[in-house]
This record gives sequence, C-alpha cells and structure tokens, in this order.
Amino acid sequence: MAISRKNVLSVFIILLCVAGLSLTASAADKLKVGFVYISPIGDAGWTYQHDLGRLAMEKNLGDKVETKYIENVPEGPEAERVIRDLAKSGYDLIFTTSFGYMNPTLKVAKMFPKKRFEHSTGYKTSKNVGTYMCRFYEGRYLTGIVAGKMTKSNTLGYVAAFPIPEVIRGINAFTLGAKSVNPDVKVKVIWVNSWFDPGKEREASEALIAQGADVITHHTDSTAPTLTAEEKGVYAIAYHSDMSKYGPKAHLTAATHVYGDFYTRTAQSVLDNTWKSEQVWTGIKEGSIALAPMNPVVPADVVALVEKTRKGIADGSVHPFQGPIKDQGGKVVVEAGITLSDKELLGMGYYVEGVLGKIPK
Amino acid sequence: MDGDILIQILVASIAAGTPFVYAALGELVTEKSGVLNLGVEGMMLVGAISGFIAMAKSGSLLVAVLCGMTAGALMALIFAVLTLTLMANQVASGLALTIFGVGLSAFLGLKYTSIALPGVPELHIPFLSDIPVAGQLLFSHDILIYSSLVLFGFISWFLYKSKAGLILRGIGEAPKSAHALGYNVIGIRYLAVLFGGAMAGLGGVYLSVAYTPMWVEGMVAGRGWVALALVVFASWRPLRVMAGAYLFGGITIAQFHIQGFGIEIPSQLLSMLPYIATIIVLVLISRDQKSIRLNSPASLGLTYHPNNQ
Repeated sequence: MAISRKNVLSVFIILLCVAGLSLTASAADKLKVGFVYISPIGDAGWTYQHDLGRLAMEKNLGDKVETKYIENVPEGPEAERVIRDLAKSGYDLIFTTSFGYMNPTLKVAKMFPKKRFEHSTGYKTSKNVGTYMCRFYEGRYLTGIVAGKMTKSNTLGYVAAFPIPEVIRGINAFTLGAKSVNPDVKVKVIWVNSWFDPGKEREASEALIAQGADVITHHTDSTAPTLTAEEKGVYAIAYHSDMSKYGPKAHLTAATHVYGDFYTRTAQSVLDNTWKSEQVWTGIKEGSIALAPMNPVVPADVVALVEKTRKGIADGSVHPFQGPIKDQGGKVVVEAGITLSDKELLGMGYYVEGVLGKIPK
Repeated sequence: MDGDILIQILVASIAAGTPFVYAALGELVTEKSGVLNLGVEGMMLVGAISGFIAMAKSGSLLVAVLCGMTAGALMALIFAVLTLTLMANQVASGLALTIFGVGLSAFLGLKYTSIALPGVPELHIPFLSDIPVAGQLLFSHDILIYSSLVLFGFISWFLYKSKAGLILRGIGEAPKSAHALGYNVIGIRYLAVLFGGAMAGLGGVYLSVAYTPMWVEGMVAGRGWVALALVVFASWRPLRVMAGAYLFGGITIAQFHIQGFGIEIPSQLLSMLPYIATIIVLVLISRDQKSIRLNSPASLGLTYHPNNQ
C-alpha cells in the first residue's frame, strides 16, 4: 500500500478506535460505585462511618471498583439532581445514605432501570432499589448497660434529633439496657430538631447536665455532646464513631456503625450479576455494629457483662426488645417470652418505662 | 425550678447570646453608614475557621482573635469594593459573599475537622467571682464575653456621643448632604463595612474557639442571619440589639431546659420559640413610628454615586 496521507490517516483512525475500544473494555470491567452523603465526612459521625465503609470496600476490591462520593447533599430536589448525575455518568451502583433521600432515589431509579440503588435507613424498595440499615438499637442496648452501671445520679441524658421511629427505638433500647442493670435509672430526652448543629447540641447537653444527668448520649451527628460532657466533668457515650479524642476522660464508649463488609458484599454481587433488591437489616451478628474501646475507668465486670451480652445478641439468645416490656404508664406492652418483630420495631412510636417526657408529634 | 438551674440558664444565655452581640453590633455600625451587608453569615464562618486554625497552630487566643477579625474584614473588603467602588447592588453582593464564605470556610477547614481545642477559660476575678449568685452570673465569664460588653459600651458612645459617630450617621441618612459638606462618603463607608466584617469574624471566632471548641462545616448554623434580623427588629439601637441577642440566646437555652423537665410542649414549637419571641418583643418595644423613622438610616441599601450630584 502506498504511503499516502489518506492511508496514514485511516490507519491512525483505526488504531485510535482499537485503543478506545480496549480502554472502554477495561473501563467496563471496573464497577463505578457512587455515594451520596448528607453531611461532610468531617462530621466524625454518620457520614464518616459510611466513608470508612467505602474505603474498606475499595481496599477489599482493589481494581475492580472505582468510587466517587458527593458530600453535603441536602435532602430534596438537590439530592435528586446529584443522584441523577451519578447515574448518567456511568455509576452502576449508587448508595444514598440518608432517610430523606428515599423519594429522590426511587424517582431516579425509575429513570435508570439498569442501574442499582441502595438506600440507607429507608423502607421503600423497587426492582432496582434496595434498602439497608444497621441494627443500631443493638449497639444502644449495650451502651445502655454501660450507662446504667456508671451513673451515680441515676439520670441519663439523651440529645435526640427528630422523633422518627429509628431515634425512638434507639432511646428505648438504651433505656432497656440501662434498666436491665439498674432498675432505678431514668432517661431525659431533649429534641434539637436537627441532625447536625453543634451549638444546639452543646446547649441541650448543658441543659441535661444542669438537670442532673451524669451520662450523656446522643442521636445527632456532631461531637458537641462529648465535648460538653468532658468540659462539665460527666460521662458521655458517643454515637456513630469513636469520639474519645474529643473527650478522653468523659468518653466511655461509642455505638459505631461498620459498613465495609456490606459495601464490599454488595459491590461484589453487582460484579457477579447476583444483585437483587432486598431490605437488609444487619446487626452485631453480621459485623455492622461494633462498640468503641471502653474507657479504662469502666470496671472489668461491666466490660465482661457487655461482652457477654454482645455475644448473646450475636448468636440470637439475647434480644434488646424481648418481653416483658412496659410502656411509660407501667402497662405491659410486650409479654414475657415474646420478642418484637422487625415490622413492629420499624414502626415503634412509644417510649418504654424509664423515659421521661412525651414524644413530640 | 430551683435557683441553681435558673442561674445556670442565665449564665448559659449570656454565652449563647455573645456571637449575636458581636455580629449584630458590627452590622449595626455598617447599616448606620447606609450599607446593607447581607454577607454576615459568610464572614462569621470565615472568621470562625481562621480563628480556629490560628488557635490550633499558635495556642494563643489573641492571635486567633486577630486572625478571625482580619479574615472577616478581608471578606468585607471584597464586599466593599463590589458595592462602594464598583457600585454593585448591595443585596446581591452580600448574598454572594455569604455563599462564598460558606464554601471558602468549608474548603479551608477540610484538614481541621477532627481537632479538639482546649477552649477558653473563665476569668476568675479575685473577690467578685465568689459572691454567691451575682458572682457566677456576672463575674465568671471568659474574656471574649467581657469584650463584647466593652464593645457595646464603645459603640453606644461612638454612635451617639462622638463626632465621628455623628458623621457616620449623617452619611447613612443623607450621603449627598454629607458629600456636600466635604466628608468622604465612600471612604467612611469602607471603614464601617470593614468594622462590621471584623466583628462578624470575631463572633465566628467566639463560636469555634470558645463556645464549641471544634470546627465543622457550617457551624455558624444561621446565626449570621439572626444577627441581621436583630439589627432591624431592634430599630438600629445598640441597647435593643443587646437585649435581642441575649433574649434569643436565653430562650434557646430555656427551651432545652423546658424539654428536659418533661413539660409537654411539642419540641418543634419550642424550637420556633426563640425566633418568635425575639421578633415579638423587639417589635413591641420598637413600634413607635417616630422612633423607627429617627433611627433607621434613610439611605440603607441604596447605592451612592458620588459623581451624580
């Protein structure tokens, strides 16, 4: 073939196409996984744990996955836009990590039937949307045991965000755990009506401490309750992550969430084409809930009791919500020997005995 | 409710109101000169992260305060150039600066989110702090809270008892007349805006270094907007701004205590309470029409064109 300009050009174009095809072929091998976060990773709490899970997944699956995260996405139309952008850019598996992303996720999933979505803490699924949640209440029950044993004033403080079943379940599990070792204990709850506002969380913690609470825990996203407890010389039990460096003397332990295994399993199932939509609710047994290391001030017998209970939850012999459970009025709502079902847990809307105050409507 | 808790609420209210005091008093001076600076929230955030970084690196409160004030002033400088030299719309520029401040502070703070600072100690005045009730209430605060009270005194004196303050207010009322008298309207407004930015920065520093000694994105959580509203509802009078600031902080603290006591008011209603109560109280004390006309700067928000006389 004569070396004319046209021939060189055609060969060049063919080479380019081959290169491009091989590139896309290898790119197609990589699974692109997207993560949508409600708050910054630096919250050292909820999103931080999700991101640790993402990093664990990257480590486990190496070259097979490529991840991207977008943080600080408010719930609502902005979330829909972000999820849609991810789906459009070729992300085949998308994790949306906040309750309020439920409807945006379902909406975008309908537009992209070939992509898969996993919505955290939600309850609606579809053909290509699954949900996942950790049995946070198991961690709460264990931390309740620690709180019940460590309190001297028998008043525990709880800084809570919004009165949704998940938060109420956590309060109840904490109370039941504390009462199982200390029947006289009482739990005061303050609602800050925000998942994340360090100033308000500090003010609520201060109010609880002023009213006699000497162990503070929280269902909010910042480290403010732990910091405040440290400042005021009382104890704190953190949530989401180990916050001991914000309160070395105060921080007893924390109920942390571990997402690495779940993310790895789910991504692998997409790679193997075995993914299906389901409602996953995992706990201590599957490794989704772990306690942060105990403060040395916690006596050895308490540590042993917590470990024994933890093993009991893992093998199914202990369940935080097994009867008899009384409501605030003293009436038995769960008989002895009966354990609340998942469905009843998901819709929990009442306080157990020992919690002070009423649930805001 | 026993006296001890009441004292704790009052003490906490003073601390809670302090960021509002700084930001609102600074904005008051800016608005008295006729400039509407809506960028307070962004300036507080940038001040907060700058002060936090300075404190983390140097351990000195003074350095942190200076850095925070400088950062706030620099943001205000951008605003001043936009609105006073380039004659851009004040509202739009202020909003843009808020958005910019939110993003800039988050960006600067990326590496600092898991550092815990030791906080600012309460001052112990030898004899006065030990007085049973008044001692705790009045004499056991940290230095930034006392500085805010000094600031209030200074601004009250400056605005109403000094010649410079009179000129400032005159510029806010009638810039054309002030110009005719030979005063440098643009120059003085620059100073007022920079001062407001520095105070907003200081309010932010207080939040991130003393109040909750940590940094998280957006930790000012809307306090800048509340400060803006306080200035308006207090009809531009320093004493009423202070009252509004402490009232707001106080009711925020009180509503948490109310929840803790188990009193059955829905928490969402209680969350609204600080805003509603402050608006109602300030509107009631400032409803004298004559007083409003007397105190609101007539040229507020209007772009001043020095050459269009």
